[in-house]
Amino acid sequence: MIEISHVNKWYSPTFQVLTDCTTSVNKGEVVVVCGPSGSGKSTLIKCVNALEPFQSGDISVDGTKVNDPKTDLPKLRSRVGMVFQHFELFPHLKIIENLCLAQQKVLGRSHDKAVAKGMQLLDRVGLNEQAQKFPAQLSGGQQQRVAIARALAMDPIVMLFDEPTSALDPEMVSEVLDVMVDLAREGMTMMVVTHEMGFARKVANRVIFMDRGEIVEDAPKDDFFGKTRSDRAQKFLSKILSH
Amino acid sequence: MFANLDFDVIRRALPYLFYEGMTFTLTLTGLAALGGLIFGTAIALMRLSGFKILGRIAGVYVDFMRSLPLVLVIFWFYFLVPYIGQWLTGASRPISVGAFASSLITFIMFEAAYFSEIMRAGIQSISRGQPAAANALGLTYAQTMRYVVLPQAFRNMLPVLITQTIVLFQDTSLVYVLSITDFLGAASKVAQRDGRLVEMYLFAAVVYFTISSIASFGVRRLQARIAIIR
Repeated sequence: MIEISHVNKWYSPTFQVLTDCTTSVNKGEVVVVCGPSGSGKSTLIKCVNALEPFQSGDISVDGTKVNDPKTDLPKLRSRVGMVFQHFELFPHLKIIENLCLAQQKVLGRSHDKAVAKGMQLLDRVGLNEQAQKFPAQLSGGQQQRVAIARALAMDPIVMLFDEPTSALDPEMVSEVLDVMVDLAREGMTMMVVTHEMGFARKVANRVIFMDRGEIVEDAPKDDFFGKTRSDRAQKFLSKILSH
Repeated sequence: MFANLDFDVIRRALPYLFYEGMTFTLTLTGLAALGGLIFGTAIALMRLSGFKILGRIAGVYVDFMRSLPLVLVIFWFYFLVPYIGQWLTGASRPISVGAFASSLITFIMFEAAYFSEIMRAGIQSISRGQPAAANALGLTYAQTMRYVVLPQAFRNMLPVLITQTIVLFQDTSLVYVLSITDFLGAASKVAQRDGRLVEMYLFAAVVYFTISSIASFGVRRLQARIAIIR
């Protein structure tokens, strides 16, 4: 589904953020990407739907090359759902309008169809009563669930999560993770940047560990948590799992 | 000192002042504000676009317009537009444009420079995550601007935009250099015809003051009502 091969990215000639990153996400797979801050994991996931450009290497999604200038990026992105660290709901639109905008403008769905789909997804994340409110009237956890529903409304073939729980108060983390776990169990293809190792243990197929722009570890979940091979991954895990 | 004043002259001139003068002033203000906002937004988008040349052109335009006195531009344009029209259409003689069209074009071009700076600040006040989220949903650049960025920028900047429009409302009185009968022009004509300068100019001041004050008050009310809940 997602093929990443030999991706290099520089912010400036002397500052390389991604170094020769190669990995893949197969259909129905859940891949968790973790690593210390500044390791390039968010940058890598943003390269997948071309929100960030990269200078060399290739990324393809469902057979479409992301870095090909001829690729219709809006069309490709409409099939790749993305959830951001800071939710990024549109504050001037009501919750239901947040869910309908891209359905109508990008997919060309009728207003009624878009609303029906939106309400169905809000119901799924347990927020159908908030449909007429504005984003700022919701808690962080609720906003992030709306953001997930907004991405799902586009019927994506794959979902990207960029630290979806990092900006949340601790008591709101689980309500968002629950939605993500359900999604994973239904067979959604997911690439998730997160430090939530509990989530990784529960539903991940593979775990990727990044450090200083490199993919240091790329292993099946059981191997990763069982016999972590690299020192750097071992150090990282002991730091975040010790509490 | 007020013994010699005849305020009845105002009452007699009211229909002329408002039907002719104020109608012109408000029409010019409204159309110039609308045109200035549309072109100003386009200039702001040019300046913020990734294309260096576009941004440079827009920047030079804004700096140029802002460094000239408005009266000069109005005057200059009135005499220049017919020749530009001739040059554009290839006609054999200068195109007659008329004072209203000429002054409207001038004000739109002039205000566009100011509105563009306001809209630029408004667009820059939107966090980068907003267009990123819109793009991630598959919206094109144009759709992202139209449905996500500009509505928020416009709302954030509405008080400043209206304040600028109030300034524009006062500035339209400068069309007197083209002998156009705007509100102040009408008051001035009556004043000179009837020899009642003090009364008419006092009255004109009161009217400008009242309308501008009401508009300023309206801005504050509106600000509270349509501000985006954060």
